[in-house]
Amino acid sequence: MPVAEPVDPNVMDVETKPSLPVGDDRAGSGSEDIGGEVEGSPSAASEAHPEVVLRSLDTLWFQVAGTVCNLACTHCFVSSSPTNRTHEFMTLQQVQSFLDEAAGLGVKEYYFTGGEAFLNPEMEAILEATLRVGPASVLTNGLLLDRQRCERLKALAEGAEYSLDIRISLDGYDAESNDAIRGPGTFDRVLEALSLLAEVELNPVLTVTEVYRELASHEGKERFFELLRGLGLTKPRLKVLPIFQIGAEAERSNAYQSWQRLREGDLPDTEWDHLQCSSCRMVTEKGVWVCPILVNEPQARMGERLADTLEPFPLDHPACWTCHAYGVSCRT
Amino acid sequence: MADSMDHKTFRRLTTEDDAFVREYRQRLTAHRGMATLGEKLVPLEEFRRAAASSGRALTEGQREEAASRFLAGPADSTPVEGPFERIAVFGGVYNNHFALEALLEDAARRGAETIYCLGDLGGFGPHPEKVRPLLAQGEVQVIQGNYEESLASGREDCNCGYTDPRDNHFAEISYRYTESRCSAEFKAWMGALPLRRRVRLGDRELLLVHGSPRRINEFLFHSSSPAPFLEAMLQQNRCDAILCTHTGLQWHRQLSGGDAINVGVIGRPANDGATHVWYSMLSAGRNRLEVELLPLEYDFEALAREMVREELPAEFVETIQTGWWTTCLEILPPNERAVSRF
Ligand code: SF4
Repeated sequence: MPVAEPVDPNVMDVETKPSLPVGDDRAGSGSEDIGGEVEGSPSAASEAHPEVVLRSLDTLWFQVAGTVCNLACTHCFVSSSPTNRTHEFMTLQQVQSFLDEAAGLGVKEYYFTGGEAFLNPEMEAILEATLRVGPASVLTNGLLLDRQRCERLKALAEGAEYSLDIRISLDGYDAESNDAIRGPGTFDRVLEALSLLAEVELNPVLTVTEVYRELASHEGKERFFELLRGLGLTKPRLKVLPIFQIGAEAERSNAYQSWQRLREGDLPDTEWDHLQCSSCRMVTEKGVWVCPILVNEPQARMGERLADTLEPFPLDHPACWTCHAYGVSCRT
Repeated sequence: MADSMDHKTFRRLTTEDDAFVREYRQRLTAHRGMATLGEKLVPLEEFRRAAASSGRALTEGQREEAASRFLAGPADSTPVEGPFERIAVFGGVYNNHFALEALLEDAARRGAETIYCLGDLGGFGPHPEKVRPLLAQGEVQVIQGNYEESLASGREDCNCGYTDPRDNHFAEISYRYTESRCSAEFKAWMGALPLRRRVRLGDRELLLVHGSPRRINEFLFHSSSPAPFLEAMLQQNRCDAILCTHTGLQWHRQLSGGDAINVGVIGRPANDGATHVWYSMLSAGRNRLEVELLPLEYDFEALAREMVREELPAEFVETIQTGWWTTCLEILPPNERAVSRF
């Protein structure tokens, strides 16, 4: 029987150098059948959409690993993969300059994501710098959490006045269901990472998306709590997130329908607080975006620095409908 | 900081070359040279150009202006009370009338001119109706907490927003217990309580709120309320100190622009394995505010007995007797959770 080579994300051709935008010599290849127009985003310009006001800048996100990931999950709303360089890694220096600006704007908490955050070779230094000015959360698939890294993270957390939170993604209670989404072999590796974190006494938040409906149910949550307890995490923590039907997910299930769009008057006054764009911005190596969800939409880039992006933003993207319908907060 | 991953420590589990594995492998390389622009794959350069042409780039001067406009808080017409030299401030009674009685004595003994309560009178403990006469007796000045807001507006829950079903289960029990034992008149009184107060203490102006100046149910924990955030909040609210409660854990952060103080709660212990509860005493010091976070002993055994008689959950009684929280722990940030027993 021929033994197929397993997909081992560690040996993928991820170029782990932090790189600023450079000319890409492969840029032209394969583009013929895709079309070159920029107005590709599904925004309906003809209708009036509500505008969200930034009430306070509480949460600052960093697309710290760009769209580069050692996995290629089928539900990833930013379509991250080892070869997706839509957004590149951010350097410590870039992050630091935004931390400085953010302090002056009264930011309350910092979140780091990608792609896979720990592919960024400066990730731990970035967390250290961040913890000097506020609490930090890092979103990871857990694959790069070996024992040494877990120990270093523990030391970082213990030495900090502000909280360090680690969020690990999982999409099922067993290898079969999880790996169908996140990739072959990932379930067991995430469990290993969770056990290592338990050993060094770091208590991560398990982050689960609603790819399978039952995961968000009462029983579903209990099963995850049990799973975590079984790994030695005696104070299990869980966060369930809805699915955004964009990016890879649009292919996996369904893209948005035309009715799934916010219209003027859809949002009662009390709901604005629930939209994260009323209190967050997302920084990538290419500038500042309105929120962590729309980083693959050039129109959602609001400016170069945070101060450029304090103005209202039109909620004309179908993903905004999900935020409205589910009251999404990506916060822990 | 190179990646020190030992590849061999990982088991290679899925070895079948099924359609999914083949497809997955394709996904891993699909973006070579391409960017994801919305739902489409486009050459990297195209995304770069589109992104660069979107959004604004202000001048440095305009940025400063935009930032200060953004941080300018709305005018606040709350009348200023006082001036005082020494006040006691507490929050979170949670029906703990034993602790409230002890507080009135302790605060008087320590020379507080006025006593303020930052809300959350009910929930958790027994006999909500015993709280109000004590507040009147001590001439306590009360502001509205999320509990009062919920009870007064006929909400179905306490608006704490838990996601853990177990937490919600216990939050529901305590809310229903309190809800069913508060008279309509008591609830109407709660609804009329102010949401904030301003108090002059010496030459300082203090802003008293329940959760935070902007949200009645915002949690301000020590490890999740960074100094720059609190500085901006002081500036926006044009005050020298912000006093809040709501989390159940007391702390004090000295800032360049003033002070931020979570005065703690007297309804249940501070999740530290001790049975006492906490409140705060503030005095007008020379050139600064003097802040004392004070432990308060009370007859917790009597409280526990009463809770048992009222058939309140054993988990709640355990907290009173041991000093460790047993429910609603999910709200704790990692640092606060790390020192927690559960
Ligand atoms: S996707 Fe959600 S967070 Fe982003 S702009 Fe739309 S409503 Fe706001």
